[in-house]
Amino acid sequence: MTSPLETAERPQDMKRIVIEPLTRVEGHGKVTLLQGKNRNIRQARLHITEFRGFEKFIQGRPYWELPVLVQRLCGICPVSHHLAAAKATDMIVGAGELTPTATKIRRLMHLGQTVQSHALHFFHLCSPDLLFGFDDDVQHRNITGVIEDFPDIARQGVLLRKFGQEVIRVTAGKRIHGTGAIPGGVNKSLSLDEIRYLQDDIARNIGWAQGALELLKNIISEHYEHHMQFGTIQSNMMSMVRDDGAFELYHGGLRAKAVNGDTIFDHVDYVNYNDYIRESVKDWSYMKFPFITSLGEEEGWYRVGPLARINNCDYMRMPLAETERQEFMALGNGLPVQSTMAYHWARLIELLYCTEAIAELLCDPDLVRKELRIQGNLQGSGTGVVEAPRGTLFHHYEIDERGIVEKASLIVSTTNNNQAMNESIRRVANQYLDGNRLNEALLNHVEVAIRAYDPCLSCATHAMGKMPMELNLVDASGELVDRLEKRVTGRIMRTI
Amino acid sequence: MSTEKTFKLDGRDIPFDDGDTVMDAALRAGEYIPHLCHDPDFPPHGSCRVCVVGVNGRHTASCTLQASEGMDVDNSSEDILEERRMLLQMLFVEGNHTCPACEKSGDCKLQAVAYHAGMLSPHFTHFFPKRSIDASHPEMMFYYNRCILCGLCVRVSKYEDKKSVFAISGRGIDSRLVFNSPSGKLGDTDFSPTDQAASVCPVGAILPKYLGYETPIGQRLYDFKPISVVGDETARDIAKDKLTNGGPDE
Repeated sequence: MTSPLETAERPQDMKRIVIEPLTRVEGHGKVTLLQGKNRNIRQARLHITEFRGFEKFIQGRPYWELPVLVQRLCGICPVSHHLAAAKATDMIVGAGELTPTATKIRRLMHLGQTVQSHALHFFHLCSPDLLFGFDDDVQHRNITGVIEDFPDIARQGVLLRKFGQEVIRVTAGKRIHGTGAIPGGVNKSLSLDEIRYLQDDIARNIGWAQGALELLKNIISEHYEHHMQFGTIQSNMMSMVRDDGAFELYHGGLRAKAVNGDTIFDHVDYVNYNDYIRESVKDWSYMKFPFITSLGEEEGWYRVGPLARINNCDYMRMPLAETERQEFMALGNGLPVQSTMAYHWARLIELLYCTEAIAELLCDPDLVRKELRIQGNLQGSGTGVVEAPRGTLFHHYEIDERGIVEKASLIVSTTNNNQAMNESIRRVANQYLDGNRLNEALLNHVEVAIRAYDPCLSCATHAMGKMPMELNLVDASGELVDRLEKRVTGRIMRTI
Repeated sequence: MSTEKTFKLDGRDIPFDDGDTVMDAALRAGEYIPHLCHDPDFPPHGSCRVCVVGVNGRHTASCTLQASEGMDVDNSSEDILEERRMLLQMLFVEGNHTCPACEKSGDCKLQAVAYHAGMLSPHFTHFFPKRSIDASHPEMMFYYNRCILCGLCVRVSKYEDKKSVFAISGRGIDSRLVFNSPSGKLGDTDFSPTDQAASVCPVGAILPKYLGYETPIGQRLYDFKPISVVGDETARDIAKDKLTNGGPDE
């Protein structure tokens, strides 16, 4: 299932084109393209150019710091890391089932963060491509262009995001990097004033979410074939679902579906994720490549995030979102929808779902109760999984008898989509760039495909100690003098 | 005619008794002089120097300066404020004070004094020293990263708890807190969460195990009131209260 454009033969004979930095995505990345004879694209790769070390430097820290410490991985969806780590530490403190208040406060926090993240992605990052076209003047194709040409849409985007951030602030203490979730529960419930404050805005936000979805559907329908085939690839889909198959973001089992809609696994207890998912390493990328173990590295890669979640769930509990889901699923004629641009569509259905779900949850009397925390017997390890805005997020920790973290493993949402993003840019390269003289507008097509996934590149690169590396020493004339390669095993070899 | 002895602090008459330090008299009169290593309940130490004031053109630590009749003490000139900020900046860069993820954030005296002094940046190059955690005690943690060597735990353990669990060893930049046990580990001392020393740390160096971020943002000690209003007694009461909470059953 992987594209032949991953690795070209005789790359030294080809012209190298680099898109760097990738714009309107979170984090720092680049795309490298190799163009051979007749300007044919022979290789296309997505690279993450920044480097983090969270799995390493949280070793030696006490487990109760994890929810607050690890969320610093990200400034856009820190709540996902906060909650995944909190769920893992719930297991560590032997909390079992949390109090209804704790669970609902966390769910509310998570819904708020999905609203703000999805609004940020659609309005601030992607609407310039969708409203103005992929080949619009680069000076205009940006958020200031949207503010100038569509001030109402821009304003709605800003205010929708603000609403999501306010939900986070009320539940976690701060809009970014709060402290609400603690091992075994939360550190606060809500006051009636806080609930009324959020309720004041909710109807307007549901309306804006509906408006954003309608806007996107109109844009897609104007050039339906173009959008539906743009960067489209065939992939497996993985996400969390509730026990009854309903759409779920906070807690449930893992479900994976194949391209033909067949179930690969279902209702898997995420604690056992290691039995179902593995990660491979490639010598040209800092980011790992996860795959479904039973299908193998070549066939087992998958997509996560809004597209996978909407494709995988049996229904959505919120009525407006469920109606939209049914319309969306009709696109696939009974099969999972594979269009890469359908990520936007699925994301906005989720945005609508989250605003509806917040409205429902704000009426729940458990939000104001004071039973915040459960404690049990200390355990040696814990696993926490949530559906982050960008996809399934795994945190696993092991601690020693003193409560100190010995081992940490994170599979971050964007990492799950690594192979898929690479496949999508190869598809776009084949569709639009192959044989052409490249210009900014064509190169933006590659970025449009990546943006559809809403990658968080700084979250995705967190490995340390195992990354392969190549060091080339070149003299003043450009002649390669020496080369060292560090293999994934850690072995360093001179390869010249 | 009044026989009360006074000195002037920023122009205000401050009454004092024989034997009072400038700090003692100022705090009793409701005037705040920033301090970290000082606690009114324990003998002064004069190590952090954050309580620096100007007297007759000399800059000196107010916690160890005996008050005397007619003194004219400068607690708020720009010179004094700048010196305090610099002392605080040196404390911040000498350790690893990662406030954004520290569980003491919002309840931390170092952070609160820095806000009060208007410290906006560390200014100096961070040392980034490699320091560890002592998690050997079953109920308490010691974080070397956050220790500012104020010596409060040393004094309180010795004079109040009568245990001498802590001492400061080494000289200059190599100074460090040590524990009075054959192994050098906190867990091998007779330190207890009920000791006075367990709640006296002004930063997040000595904290109870299994607890963190229990107080929501917005309800922490210095979230809405500056340290000049909160006072030392409230800070001690809050720290003691946290120690009465339990962790997970083991």
